[in-house]
Amino acid sequence: MDETSTDTKIATSKDLENQTKTAEQTLAEEEQRFRAAPKLSRSPFHGLWALTNRDLRKWYTNPIQLFVSLIQPIIWLGLFGKALNFGSFIAGSGASVAQQDIILKNFFGTTSYFSFLSCGMLAFIVLFTSAFSGMSVVFDRRFGFLNKALSTPVARGSIVMAKILNSVGRSLIQAAIVLVIAVALGMDTSHFTILGIAGAFLIIFLMAVGLSALFTVLALRSADWQTQMAIINLLNLPLLFASNALFPVKIMPAWLQDVVKVNPVSYAVDGIRQVLIGAIGMNSLWLDFAVVIGFAVILSAIGIVLSWRLLSK
Amino acid sequence: MSTNKIETSTSNIITVENLSKTFGSLKAVDNVSFNIKEGEIFGFLGPNGAGKTTTINMLTTLLKPTSGKAVVCGFSIFKDPNEVRRSVGVVPQEYTADEDMTGINNILLCADLYGMPRKDSKAHAKELLQLVELEDAANRKVSTYSGGMRRRLELACGLINYPKLLFLDEPTLGLDVQTRTAVWKYIKTLKEEFRMTLFLTTHYLEEADSLCDRIGIIDHGHLVKIGSPEELKESVGGDVMVVDVKENEPDISSDIAMIQLVKGVKKQDNVYRIKANDGEEAAPQIIDLIRSKGMHVTRISLTKPTLDEAYLELTGRNLREEEVDKLQMFRQRATMRRARS
Repeated sequence: MDETSTDTKIATSKDLENQTKTAEQTLAEEEQRFRAAPKLSRSPFHGLWALTNRDLRKWYTNPIQLFVSLIQPIIWLGLFGKALNFGSFIAGSGASVAQQDIILKNFFGTTSYFSFLSCGMLAFIVLFTSAFSGMSVVFDRRFGFLNKALSTPVARGSIVMAKILNSVGRSLIQAAIVLVIAVALGMDTSHFTILGIAGAFLIIFLMAVGLSALFTVLALRSADWQTQMAIINLLNLPLLFASNALFPVKIMPAWLQDVVKVNPVSYAVDGIRQVLIGAIGMNSLWLDFAVVIGFAVILSAIGIVLSWRLLSK
Repeated sequence: MSTNKIETSTSNIITVENLSKTFGSLKAVDNVSFNIKEGEIFGFLGPNGAGKTTTINMLTTLLKPTSGKAVVCGFSIFKDPNEVRRSVGVVPQEYTADEDMTGINNILLCADLYGMPRKDSKAHAKELLQLVELEDAANRKVSTYSGGMRRRLELACGLINYPKLLFLDEPTLGLDVQTRTAVWKYIKTLKEEFRMTLFLTTHYLEEADSLCDRIGIIDHGHLVKIGSPEELKESVGGDVMVVDVKENEPDISSDIAMIQLVKGVKKQDNVYRIKANDGEEAAPQIIDLIRSKGMHVTRISLTKPTLDEAYLELTGRNLREEEVDKLQMFRQRATMRRARS
């Protein structure tokens, strides 16, 4: 009796050994098949560049998209800007050249309407590029990529920031191309300085951040691209026309002048004109910068705060 | 940084207590409680709009529950959502891969979202592509992939962070038989070789039957029943045997009913219809009994209850025409279309 029971005991302990061995073997096999798991980064910014580059890649690997997005400002500059030759209005008035310059400077802050409009076009391309920054949020939600990103530990704010950075990147490059085209078409370059150009692009950067944040926030909850398109159209044209981008404020009716003065786009355009073509500004350059900085900071802060709340239900 | 790991005494990898989610007046998930053991394949079975995806979305921290408690991989989904996200893998119902990117770049993007260093993620992405047999297509754009390849890529993306627990939402929706079989094979490999725990939802009954260790049937947001496929089938009433005997032999129904495993006997003409708990074991006993009475069995057949019957009995036979979430329906249709492309 005793002997048999010891036998069984030995057998069981052997069995146990075998079992542990097989478990170890499987573990070894597993390690062979897959490498050991690495440590994951806990930086709050991990994944930000990956998400930004995902969107930017769609654009830089598709030159047609870039080309099409530039056609509109070229048409505005080449056709609208050249056709609306304010200079010739006054040229027939019988006033002397010096008097004409005074009149033009009084309205446009500069003697060349084309240069005046070129600065407005830099803001225009930023406005229209930023307006579509929310569109990819809508598609990401619709096709499930957003949920997938939300199921990873990537910061919710990074998801929104990536959309903003993507459209800021596009805006900067497209604005640079528009500027080159404008110069080629006859924009006044006599006031160009390196500091001035840097200042203009700083303003463009800040305006792109603010506007992209605005349009991205508006898209956060939407899974419906038609609604988003309607919102873009609803905001885009008023932001453009109720600003000093196309026409001088001085020729507008008083009520419209008030609207222009609360439109952040006006401050951006005004600043760009002062640093780029030495135009007489609507406001002081410092006020322009302050408004544009405030606009960018406040709207991107709103974007990040709302991303925590709105991205997940 | 703060790892408030909750030590659970049992080997449960998911503990759910009274979890509810309300959208407006709709109770999508209503007071659901269940546990999932480490290493098992657990399936959520239910009609469209039953609350399967809502439950998965809560457990993967995409949705905030209205009330209840849930601990996933030792972390509370309320207090430590980021730790839950780090520990689990998710394969969503939709095809979420970016079509303009190559297969491998899609996996690397997922790795970046987990914060995995590039040198590690590159090597691991290759291992995963091998696992799902996509290494030859790794550098092709996803827009050139077939539906089956896309599904396999989604699986690889879901595995990039070495999860202990993998959620699969309708992993074989709309797939052809070959891909479905392959996906089943991968799921079994993950369980057996990598000892992962898998939580999947499906409305394909044969899928739940052949893959899952345990099944939870959910309907109208309620968890109707949990058990192994066998237990669910048995709950419907056991196996059905049809035994033909020679004509004009006396009725011994009452004797057959005396056999322990037999639950019910009916005789019509020369045919016995017998319900029994364990058909394979009851059949020889029944044959022996009939023969011992000097009678003859001419034909015998045994039918096992299917999961379909259990499912229909638990969820009712009414057709479902309820309004389900529009976005969810859109995604499901898109998934089906892409699976067939």
